Amino acid sequence: MILEPGFFASTPVQIALIVGGGAALVSGVVGVFAVLRGQSFAGHAFADISSSGGAVSFLLGINPLLGFLGMAVIAAGGMELAGARLARERDLVTGIALGAGLGLTALLLYFDVTTRSTTGVAITVMFGSMFSIPASVIPLALAVGGAALAVSAVLYRPLLLASLSPELARVAGVRVRMIGLLQLLVLAFAVALSAVTVGAILSTALLIGPAATALSLTDRPASAIAAAVAIGVGAVWGGILLAYDSFYWTPGHGWPVSFFIVSLVFLFYLLATIQERRRKRRRKAAGCRGGS
Amino acid sequence: MIDGWEEEVLSVDRVSLAFAGRPVLEDVSFSLGGGAFCGLIGANGSGKTTLLRAILGFETPARGSIRIDRAGGDRRLLSVGYVPQKIALDPFMPLRARDVVALGLDGHRFGLPLPSRQSRSRVDAMLKAVDAERFADQRIGTLSGGYQQRVLIAHALVRQPRLLLLDEPLASLDLRSSAEIVTLLRRFATVHRIAVLLSAHDINPLLGAMDQIVYLANGRAASGATDEVIRTEVLSRLYGYHIDVIRVHGRILVIASDSPGKILTEIAEHPEHVAAVP
Repeated sequence: MILEPGFFASTPVQIALIVGGGAALVSGVVGVFAVLRGQSFAGHAFADISSSGGAVSFLLGINPLLGFLGMAVIAAGGMELAGARLARERDLVTGIALGAGLGLTALLLYFDVTTRSTTGVAITVMFGSMFSIPASVIPLALAVGGAALAVSAVLYRPLLLASLSPELARVAGVRVRMIGLLQLLVLAFAVALSAVTVGAILSTALLIGPAATALSLTDRPASAIAAAVAIGVGAVWGGILLAYDSFYWTPGHGWPVSFFIVSLVFLFYLLATIQERRRKRRRKAAGCRGGS
Repeated sequence: MIDGWEEEVLSVDRVSLAFAGRPVLEDVSFSLGGGAFCGLIGANGSGKTTLLRAILGFETPARGSIRIDRAGGDRRLLSVGYVPQKIALDPFMPLRARDVVALGLDGHRFGLPLPSRQSRSRVDAMLKAVDAERFADQRIGTLSGGYQQRVLIAHALVRQPRLLLLDEPLASLDLRSSAEIVTLLRRFATVHRIAVLLSAHDINPLLGAMDQIVYLANGRAASGATDEVIRTEVLSRLYGYHIDVIRVHGRILVIASDSPGKILTEIAEHPEHVAAVP
């Protein structure tokens, strides 16, 4: 049976569907731009650094999304201040910041375990535990997600132009630096939201996976965003369903939701890649080549 | 060099430019009217890109003024189309040729694009005008260099600017593509009365199409009709030593020598060699 009894009636499941669905929606939109601008590594670094915020939120007993969000925004601001323009330099600075953030998380998680003896905090912060999300997260999640989507919508055209060529954008009168900074903030918001659901370490999978899959399926930015959202939400809701069902496979214990979600993301990516390779091979065999 | 009835589009008036604290160009003056096709010729490092950037408003002249469309200030940005020398385009960038041109139309506006029949037909018409309509739905990164160039020209022209600037558009093209792009640009200039200014280090691909030239050398400029500028007296004064201009089978050779009869280097193909001449 796919839909085990009590699925929709269960409160933790409802919360997971709402918060997880929202995170997938935002990650789909923001992820396409992140992949477009070569910010996959930066997104991953934001997530790792935000884990320290997640760890501290358990220590202080505050809303975990607030903790993740605070540190993610600090990471975004730091990256902008560091002002590394060239790709290799950016890679370097990002890697160093990532390490520092995770080191801090190690310390804070240690405090969590020793001072509050909350077991499983490390798993929750790093890999998420979607059925234990407190309902108090929902209002903030809606606000954060809504803000990220609204800003993305407003910046849509100039951001596309600046991603194509900052020079061309500048000639058209676009404030390239400002929208770049705003986009980093939106990335931080998306990362925080997905960190609360699938944990800091896996949040990159939700950000990049559906976007990368979508980009191999379509040539248009708008379609890519729609596809990324559909794939992300599908993976999240599918993962929640499978995790709920897994309670019945090994009675009393369920497998982690984030494992199912990321597995589905990976599966979709594999399927899309196989299909794309097949399409390319067919096109080559037919002798069509673009340009001359 | 403006015909009385032709409206002036670009006016560069006694402009001096510095880059990283060092003087690059001094006292450059020229003007372009609608329909002009002007080559900005000079060796690498002669100040071509700096001058183009100054016209775009990215650099401020140390002296002199630049005016576009008879109005200064930021209004100039709306009247200028620009094709940069290099844009990093890989096949993964999810923008089709038509998306790139559409961004030329409204990429500067905030918000989501509202697809309208009018904007779509303008994009289609522009792609047709650059002869790239059969690649309209292909990712721009998958096109050849020559066709990417055409799409970028379409992007620059779709809002019907008065002035089109191109930074070394022929540099990475083969001879045939080079000739095709020059013909295309010449046609746009003449038919739509756009002032076209393109930089190059080799005069020859532009010879048939160019009616005006701005020749940069030695930190200075000589400007005027091609035949007026590419002359021994003018170029010798510019470079500061004896220059011979030789026309052979419709090609121009510009040769530097330090005494009559002795050839030091042939400039037209490799003007950068001049810098090595003492």
